Amino acid sequence: METNNKKKIFLVDDDVDYILQMTKILENLGFEVVSACGQKEGEEMISKIKPDLAILDLMMENKDSGFILSHRIKNIHPNVPVIIASAMTSETGMIFSLEDESDRGWIKADLYLEKGLRTDQLHREINKLLKL
Amino acid sequence: MSALKLLIVDDEPGIRSGAERVLRDFSVGYPFMDEDFTFEIYEAETGEKAIEMIDSTPFDIILLDNKLPGIDGIEVLEYIKNKEYDISVMMITSYASLELAIKATNNGAFNFVPKPFTPQELKTSVENITKNLFLRRMTRKMKEEGKQIRFQFLSVLSHELKSPINAVEGYLKMMKDKQIGNNLDDYMEMVERSIERIKGMRNLILDLLDLTRMESGKKNRDLRTIDIIEIAKTVVDSVEPLAIQRNIKLKIESDDTLFMTADKNEVEIILNNLISNAVKYNKEDGEVFVSLRKTASNIDIVIKDTGIGMSEDEIGLLFQDFVRIKNNKTKFITGSGLGLSIAKKMVELYKGTIMVESTPDVGSKFIIKIPV
Repeated sequence: METNNKKKIFLVDDDVDYILQMTKILENLGFEVVSACGQKEGEEMISKIKPDLAILDLMMENKDSGFILSHRIKNIHPNVPVIIASAMTSETGMIFSLEDESDRGWIKADLYLEKGLRTDQLHREINKLLKL
Repeated sequence: MSALKLLIVDDEPGIRSGAERVLRDFSVGYPFMDEDFTFEIYEAETGEKAIEMIDSTPFDIILLDNKLPGIDGIEVLEYIKNKEYDISVMMITSYASLELAIKATNNGAFNFVPKPFTPQELKTSVENITKNLFLRRMTRKMKEEGKQIRFQFLSVLSHELKSPINAVEGYLKMMKDKQIGNNLDDYMEMVERSIERIKGMRNLILDLLDLTRMESGKKNRDLRTIDIIEIAKTVVDSVEPLAIQRNIKLKIESDDTLFMTADKNEVEIILNNLISNAVKYNKEDGEVFVSLRKTASNIDIVIKDTGIGMSEDEIGLLFQDFVRIKNNKTKFITGSGLGLSIAKKMVELYKGTIMVESTPDVGSKFIIKIPV
C-alpha cells in the first residue's frame, strides 16, 4: 500500500555509479526511483513511464543531452518538474540560471542543480518542486 | 578558384592600367594547393584614397608606390601595420634608397619592385607574395586548430578524471553516513564499484602516458627486428587472469615465429589494447581468437571475439579519443576511451590500417594490416 503513495522520480545519468548512489539516497528519502543509463535509454523509457519528477544529467552522449531529454519529457508530460543536475559549472565555468528569462525560453527545465549537493538541500528542492 | 583582392596604389594612371592588364588573367598555383589564386583588382591614385579603401575592403595584397601626391606610401604602410591588417604589401618605387628599404621592411613590406618593371617582373613578384600569403595563413590556421583540439582534449580529460573521483567519493560518503545500515556486508557492492573505478582511472593514466609518449617522443622509437608472435603470447598471458574469471578462452593461431621491424613497446600496446578489449567486451564462456600471418605484401593481425558486438553507428565513433560505446551492455565495463584511438595511431605509424567488422550480440573482428 505504502508504495502507491511514493512519488516516482525518473533519474537519467550516464555514470552507472552516480545512478546507484542517487537511487540509494532518493530511496532513503522515501521516493521510488526509475533510472536510465544515458540519453538513448532515457528517451526509450519516457513514453513508458509516468514519473512525478525527473532528474537529468546534462552531458551524456551529447553535450546537451539533458536539455534534449527535458524537452521530450515536457512534450509528453508537461506538468512533470525537471531538474538538470550536472557538474558542468565546476568543470567548464559555464553558468546558467533558470531565473533568467532568456535562458528559460529555451531550456525546458524547472531547476538547474550543481552535482554534489548535500542530501538535505536536494530533498528540499525536490519537495519544493513536488509541492510537498 | 579563389580570388585575392589586390589594390594598386599609384598616381600614374599608366602604371595602374598596365598592372591591371598584366594581372587580370594571371593565376598562381602550388602543386599542393587545392585551388589556384586569381586576382580581383582595385585601384587608388592617392594614399588617402588607399586608406579609405583599406578600411572598407579586406584586401589581401597591395602594390604600393612610395612617391604619392599627398601622404607617402610609407605612411600608408605604417597605417596598415598599426591597424594590424593582414595584408601583404609590395612597394613599387623608382627612387629606392637603402633608408626607405629599411623603413619599409621594418613596417612589414614584403618586397620591392623597382619602377619601371616588365610584366614578367611584376608577375614573379606577385607570385611570390601570393605563395607567402597562402603559407602564412595556412600555418596560422593549423596552429589555431591545433590549439583548439588540445583544449577540447584537456577539457574531456578533466571530465574523465573527475568522474571516477566523484563516484568513489560518493560511495565513501554513503559509507561514512552508514546510509544503508550497520551491516558491513551490505556495503560490498560499493567497495567493489570503488575499486573498479580506481582501476579504470589507473588505466586511463597509463593510456595517457602511451599517448604522450607517442606524440612527443617519436624520435625515441626503438625499431628492430622482433618476433611479434612472442609479443602476442606475452600479451595473452597478461590478459589471461581476466579471461579466466569469466571463463573466456584465448587462442593464438600463427606460425611459430613472425618477424617484423618494429618497436616492441608499440606492438605490445596495439595487441594489448585490442586483445584486452576482446575479453572485456566478451560474454561469459566466450572465446577470443588472435591470428597473426604474413602475406605477400602485409602482416595481417586479426583479433576476433564472441562478444557483445556493435552497431554501424557505434563503429563510426570507435576510434575517436575518449569515445566509449555507452549502452546497457557496456555500462558496468570501465575503460578510458583511449585504447582504440591509441592502437589506431600506432598502427598508422607503420602505415598500416585497422578495420572493424561487427554484429551486435555476435561479436567483433578487428583486422590490422601492416605493409611489409
